[in-house]
Amino acid sequence: MSFTPLHQHDDDSDREPTDREAFTPGIEPQATWCPGCGDFGVLKALKGAMGDLGYTPEEVLLVTGIGCSGKLSSYFESYGFHSIHGRSLPVARAAKLANPGLEVVAAGGDGDGYGIGGNHFIHTARENHDMTYIVFNNEIFGLTKGQTSPTSPMGHKSKTQPHGSAKAPIRPLSLSLVGGASYVARTAAVNPNQAQEILKEAIQHDGFAHVDFLTQCPTWNKDAKQYVPYVDVQQSDDYEFDHHDRREASEMMHDVEDALHEGEVLTGRFYHDPDRPSYQQEKREHGDVPEDPLAERYHDDDAEWERSYDLMDAHK
Amino acid sequence: MMTGEIVWRIAGGSGDGIDSTSQNFAKALMRSGLHVFTHRHYPSRIRGGHTYVEVRADDQPVRARGDGFNFLLALGDSFARNPKEHAYYGNEQAKPLAENLDDLRDGGVVVYDEGLLDASAIEDFEARAEEHDWHVYPMDLRGMARDQGREVMRNTAGVGVTCALLSYPLEPIEKLMEDRMSGDVLQANLEILEYAAEQADELEHTHDLRMPEGEHDAEQALVSGSNGIAYGAIDEGCRFVAGYPMTPWTEVFTLLSQHLPDMGGIAEQVEDEIAAAALALGASHAGVKSLSGSSGGGFALMSEPLGLAEMTETPLVLVEATRAGPSTGMPTKTEQGDLEHVLYTSQGDSCRVVFAPGNQREAYEQTRLAFELAYDFHLPAIVVYDQKLSGELRNVDAEFFDREPSPDLGKTLTEEELAEAAHYATGTFERFQHDPPEGDGVAPRSIPGQADGRYLASGNEHHPTGHISEDPDNRVAQMDRRMRKLEAIRERLDERESNQERHGAVDATVGVMTYGSNQGTVHEAIDRLVDDGHSVASLSVSDLMPFPEADVREFLDSVETCLVVEMNASGQFRGLVQRELGAYGDILHSLLKYNGEPFEPHEIVEAVEGLGSGDPATASTRYVPAGSD
Ligand SMILES: Cc1ncc(C[n+]2csc(CCOP(=O)(O)OP(=O)(O)O)c2C)c(N)n1
Ligand code: SF4
Repeated sequence: MSFTPLHQHDDDSDREPTDREAFTPGIEPQATWCPGCGDFGVLKALKGAMGDLGYTPEEVLLVTGIGCSGKLSSYFESYGFHSIHGRSLPVARAAKLANPGLEVVAAGGDGDGYGIGGNHFIHTARENHDMTYIVFNNEIFGLTKGQTSPTSPMGHKSKTQPHGSAKAPIRPLSLSLVGGASYVARTAAVNPNQAQEILKEAIQHDGFAHVDFLTQCPTWNKDAKQYVPYVDVQQSDDYEFDHHDRREASEMMHDVEDALHEGEVLTGRFYHDPDRPSYQQEKREHGDVPEDPLAERYHDDDAEWERSYDLMDAHK
Repeated sequence: MMTGEIVWRIAGGSGDGIDSTSQNFAKALMRSGLHVFTHRHYPSRIRGGHTYVEVRADDQPVRARGDGFNFLLALGDSFARNPKEHAYYGNEQAKPLAENLDDLRDGGVVVYDEGLLDASAIEDFEARAEEHDWHVYPMDLRGMARDQGREVMRNTAGVGVTCALLSYPLEPIEKLMEDRMSGDVLQANLEILEYAAEQADELEHTHDLRMPEGEHDAEQALVSGSNGIAYGAIDEGCRFVAGYPMTPWTEVFTLLSQHLPDMGGIAEQVEDEIAAAALALGASHAGVKSLSGSSGGGFALMSEPLGLAEMTETPLVLVEATRAGPSTGMPTKTEQGDLEHVLYTSQGDSCRVVFAPGNQREAYEQTRLAFELAYDFHLPAIVVYDQKLSGELRNVDAEFFDREPSPDLGKTLTEEELAEAAHYATGTFERFQHDPPEGDGVAPRSIPGQADGRYLASGNEHHPTGHISEDPDNRVAQMDRRMRKLEAIRERLDERESNQERHGAVDATVGVMTYGSNQGTVHEAIDRLVDDGHSVASLSVSDLMPFPEADVREFLDSVETCLVVEMNASGQFRGLVQRELGAYGDILHSLLKYNGEPFEPHEIVEAVEGLGSGDPATASTRYVPAGSD
């Protein structure tokens, strides 16, 4: 037996906080984020959230895409999978299905998640996989040097859109709500405390938790609202809405998405449905996934493996 | 060269039950001691259109479709007419009869449903029948079915007539029906079967075809290439499949989706093929043996996760069930045009295993081998086969599948081993060490969740811990190590019984070389040529990467000239041989077929016979003579 059955630790409730520094890699990775980059804020909040929740690095699988954002897995100590542009979600989904004992987090940029990976985003939300998805939203393509992204505002000028973009920005919060995500929030790197709290909630949530994380890119996108003070809607009396109510949440998100480009930057938890079963649970109820983590069977000497011989009857 | 074989072709419209009727007929023949082989032809539409299945039966093993056929059962195409018209079934569409006459052998039997088809609508039908000595039995199959039960049971009436005309007993068919149906449906079918047989018995029989009689030494199973792949995967411990439907890959996907959940596994139909392969990769990374696959167009989408598996050294098994391309091509027609796509797709140097099984048994065995190698060597392994092999049914000793399952995850470390594995002082596991001890380039992996095994699997070039690196020396060390795995795999394969199947004369001067699903057809052609006194032998190749250099070289050195048989227009396999061996361009001739139909044995026979003299191609093939290296 060479494999710890992690699902036994899967109950978060009785965990003691662990040392967040355990999530700092022992080796010095190549520093590739620019000074002042919002991505540092995500890293810090994630380490803090994992430590507070009492996880150890080997219980966590962090799957990232490609982009400055995708480098998160280089700076965060855990099991890591630095995949390809836009594809972090399908990799992460399967790992969670294969071993539900893993705490699975997927992360990538707005180009990665809302552009090239848009199809996976909608379907992962729809299926409500139990995982946390962090999208570093800097309204720009960072790593490829400042092209317009799906979240760039209308009129945004870049080398590839010299006359200004004629496309309205995508509405990521609304999109994941409509898709079927059971937890939707937005937070910002300029507010580390809220960011950490939101990530904690997202990680604890049993279902697809989507966090649109506003990150500033001082190198390519100085105009974005990501730098300005934000309003935490949960802490303001001006924004009363029931975040368990799909319709109210939806209206609120709509306003929030307009406001980002027109005035205020609103953040917080916008939707939370604690009752919707995760995909894994749903599948289990259909008799479609095993009770125990599938990944453990390969390490169990007593597991019984069926043979095709038994299936041959239909062919005789 | 005709034996006592029967090649029974049942023709009609898609959706008319041709497939299930032929499968049952084939199974009944197999159960009563015969060797059977089926060949399926269908158009890319759900209902109507011209479709047929051939069931070839003999007391000797049959390995391929034959040359033409000798018994036609032409049912009406019930979808040939607009259902809104007054009569649902029309008889002005004589296609199931007219379309099938070209390949009907002299002396053959024709049964057609005169309730639906009008032979007089076919020009020259009578003249042709006379010329070719066809024995024609018009039967009102629709009427019989309607009178005894339901009109849709015309198929059963056709089978009853077939049995009577071929002096084949009804019991095996009846037994199968009892296995599959019950109640009124069974009763009606049994009555129709018997009634139709009686009607046919009363006719004057002018033909002399008879169903051969045979006996099997052991219990048989009727399986397709897709069955072989799916069961091979199951026996090798595959418990996760992710896919997106595409013909003909859908056959494997459906089978696994039906069985895996009941075996404690997981099956996922997902949004597209990029996701499908990425899921298989994610599950494999997390420690579950997994599979994905597609056909040409979907496989194109998989080239991203395929390359990612090579770079992250994650085991990944993919199936490519090819059909005629480019692009969507001919969705239900066979071709071997994706060879280069499978070998070289995705960026960078290819570091993968590719097998092209030649028959149902090899499909099973090579799928198991693909898993073994992928998990032992941490790279993708692809099983490429084609529409032809995917749907062909053939009898195999049932015992063949009675093997021990092997859920072995390959080279992984236990937590105890991890605690002692090479570490940085910082506690990070060196997953991608430059010189792993066994010299085969494989750095054993950990499984997420294991203590002391943390590492980063990155699609970027990385140093031993997995962290991104563009250091030139590290790059060369990692690249060389990954490529070294292919050499080690070649060595392992060379130590075993070869996947390359040699057949024919011992000291042959003429060679025929092929790959994948043409194997059986080539074997049959070789047997005929040898019987006729030709000095000819064949080599059917299954290992495409790493290439079986020694096997192929030995064969080509042993012959003076060699015909390379493949189903594509550009001779991709011949190109691969020349590229890998850097020679032989002056003795390799190509016989190509790319009209969507598999080879018939006589096409290969004629091409070999004509090798020395002018253009040996047949009507539906193309010949490309040897050039130079
Ligand atoms: C298939 C593919 N297309 C394009 C690229 C090039 N590429 C790398 S990162 C990137 C965009 C990154 O932008 P974003 O996802 O917003 O992340 P950021 O760098 O801003 O964090 C692109 C287009 C790629 N690596 N793969
Ligand atoms: S380019 Fe922008 S997103 Fe990328 S590291 Fe620099 S600041 Fe951050």
